Amino acid sequence: MSHTRYRVMEAGEARRFPPEAMARIEKILTRYPTKQAALLPVLWVAQETWGWISKEAGEEVARVLDLPPSHVDGVLTFYTMYNLRPVGKHLLQVCTSISCHLNGAESLLERCGKRLGIGLEETTADGKFTLVEVECIAGCDRAPSMMVNDQYFEPMDAGKLDALLDRLSREA
Amino acid sequence: MEKVLTARIGKKDSRSIDTYLADGGYTGVKRVLTSGMTPEQVIEEVKKANVRGRGGAGFSAGVKWGFLPKDTKGKPIYLFCNADESEPGTFKDRLLMENDPHQLIEGMILASYAIRCRNAYIYIRGEFYDGARILERAIGEAYAKGYLGEKILGSRFSLDITVHRGAGAYICGEETGLIESIEGKRGQPRIKPPFPAVSGAFAAPTIVNNVETLCCVKHVIDRGAEWFLKIGRNEKNAGPKLFCISGHVNRPGVYEAAMGLPLKDLIFGAEYAQGMKGGKKIKAVIPGGASAPMLTAAEIDDCPLDFDGVAAKGSMLGSAAIVVINEDACIVDVAKNLSKFFSHESCGQCTPCREGTPWLYKVLTRIEAGQGRMEDIDLLARICNQMANGMTICVFADAAIAPPLSSVTKFRAEYEHHVTQKRCLVGARAAELVTV
Ligand SMILES: Cc1cc2nc3c(=O)[nH]c(=O)nc-3n(C[C@H](O)[C@H](O)[C@H](O)COP(=O)(O)O)c2cc1C
Ligand code: SF4
Ligand code: FES
Repeated sequence: MSHTRYRVMEAGEARRFPPEAMARIEKILTRYPTKQAALLPVLWVAQETWGWISKEAGEEVARVLDLPPSHVDGVLTFYTMYNLRPVGKHLLQVCTSISCHLNGAESLLERCGKRLGIGLEETTADGKFTLVEVECIAGCDRAPSMMVNDQYFEPMDAGKLDALLDRLSREA
Repeated sequence: MEKVLTARIGKKDSRSIDTYLADGGYTGVKRVLTSGMTPEQVIEEVKKANVRGRGGAGFSAGVKWGFLPKDTKGKPIYLFCNADESEPGTFKDRLLMENDPHQLIEGMILASYAIRCRNAYIYIRGEFYDGARILERAIGEAYAKGYLGEKILGSRFSLDITVHRGAGAYICGEETGLIESIEGKRGQPRIKPPFPAVSGAFAAPTIVNNVETLCCVKHVIDRGAEWFLKIGRNEKNAGPKLFCISGHVNRPGVYEAAMGLPLKDLIFGAEYAQGMKGGKKIKAVIPGGASAPMLTAAEIDDCPLDFDGVAAKGSMLGSAAIVVINEDACIVDVAKNLSKFFSHESCGQCTPCREGTPWLYKVLTRIEAGQGRMEDIDLLARICNQMANGMTICVFADAAIAPPLSSVTKFRAEYEHHVTQKRCLVGARAAELVTV
C-alpha cells in the first residue's frame, strides 16, 4: 500500500486486451452476478498484461465491462496495488508498519534507497527497480518483512538486502 | 492443548487434497450431506458452540447466521470469507491458507450448506499472491473430487467458491467495505443498518466470516459443540485460538492455544515466544492489533487472552495480534507509527476520520520531533474524543484513536519529556536532541 491515494492517472498508448486476456476475462465474468463485480479481477488482468494501468488501459477495462470510465478511474485510484504509472522490473515493497518498525525497517528502507540511488516511489534509470514503502504485509513474525513483486523476503537485514539487490541487478 | 487449527501445518504436502483426505478431511461434509442433517441443525450446533468471530469483533457466528431472513424473496444468499488480513501485527490467516487450504474450504462448504449459500467467495488481500494461488489449486482439487460444484457428493447441495483478490486497502477488511469492494466499487463502508445478513452484497442477504472462524466451524461439525466449549477459559470464551505475537520477543510467530491463554505465558512461555529479546523489560503490549489500546507492563499480569479477558483490561483481543514493545522503544514514536497507518488508510467518507487521522499524525510527528507544545498533548486527547463514539460510518475511527489515546493516558511522562526536553525519555535517542 503506497500512500498516493487519489492520484491522477497518466496517459499511455491505446490499448486492446489481447485474445488470451479476453479469454481470462470471459471466465472471470462467469463467476459474478454483475459485470461490475468483475472490476477488481479484470484490473488485475490489465496490470498483468501491461505491467501498469494507464488511462487508456482503464478505458479498455471500462469498455469490456460496460462501465463508465469515470467509475473505473475512481476505483483504480482507491486501491494502492494498481500501478498508475510504469514501475521497474523489480518492485521493492518495504514494510514500515509497527512490528517491522520495531525491528529496524526504516534503516532497511534507507539502505535500499541509498544503494539504488532513488527515493520512495522512484524508479532507477535502467528501469530495473522501483522502491515503495508498504503497510503491514502480514509478515510481522519475520520482521522486517519486504516483498519483491509477488514474493516475500523475510526476515531481512542489511546483509540479506545487499545480497538480494546484487542478485537482482545481475539478472538480465 | 492438542493442536486443532494448526494440526496439519508442517506436515508433508499439507496443502494437497490427498493428504487432507488421508487425515480424515471432508468427513464432516460427507456426514452432513449424506446423513440428512439439516442446515438448521448445522446452525444450531455452531450457535451452541458459541464460535465467536475471529476477525476482530468476537460476534457469535451462529447467531449472525440466524439473522438471515427466512424468506429471501427469491434472492440468493452469499458467503464471503474475509481473508483481507491487514491489521498490523496479524498474520494467522496467511498461515492457515498457505498451509492447509482444504481446512478453510471444508469450513466454507459447511457454512454455505448451513446458510443455504450457492456462491461463496474468498476475499483475499492482494499481497497474498501465494495464498491465492494455493487456494485456487486446492479449490480445483475439491471440484475434481466432487466436494465443490453441482450436486456435491450426489446430494442436492451445490456450491461454487471463487477467490477474489483485493488490491491494497485496509478498509476492505471491514465487512461492508469488503462488500462494496466485491461489487466492483471503492471499498467504502456502508451505513448500518441494514446489516449485511439482511441486505449485503448485490442487495442480497450476505454473511461475512473470518478465515479462522470458518476453520473453527469445520471442527465444531467434526467434533461437536460440547467438545469446542470445553476448550478455553469458559463457555463465552471457548475453542482453539491462534495468537500472533511479534515485536521485541525472542520467538515471534503464530501459536495455537486454548482461548484464554494468559498473556504472560504467551510472551514468556517456553513453548511460545520465550521472553524478551536481550532480556529487556516490557514497556507496553498491544494485545489485539493496531486498533487495540496499549497495555502497560503492569496490566499484562493476569490477563487471559480472550474476548472478555482483554476487554476487562480496557482493551480488546481484536485479531489476536500481540505486539510486544520493550523499554527502549519511545512510546511517542510507536504512536506516531501507528497513526501514520490510520491516516493513510482512512477511506475518507466521514469528516472526523478523514480530517482527524492525519491531524493526529501531524501532532504526533511534531511532538516526536521535539517541536511540540504542552497543549499538543491535550490536543491529542481532544481530537480523539471528537472522532469516536459513533461519529462515523464505521469503527475505523475508534480504532485509529486507540494508539494515541491509550499512550497519552498511560505514558504521559514520555510525551511531556519530548515537549520539555526535546528528546526521547528512553532508548538511543534519549541522549541527543531530536530536533533538527
Ligand atoms: C477497519 C476494519 C478492518 C477490519 N479488517 C478485518 C480483516 O482484515 N479480516 C477480518 O476477518 N475482519 C476484519 N474486520 C472485521 C470485519 O468487519 C468483520 O467483523 C469480520 O470479518 C466478521 O467475521 P467474524 O465474525 O468471523 O470475525 C475489520 C473491521 C474493521 C472495522
Ligand atoms: S470511519 Fe473512517 S474508514 Fe470508516 S467509513 Fe468513515 S472515513 Fe471511512
Ligand atoms: S508490521 Fe511489517 S509485516 Fe506486519
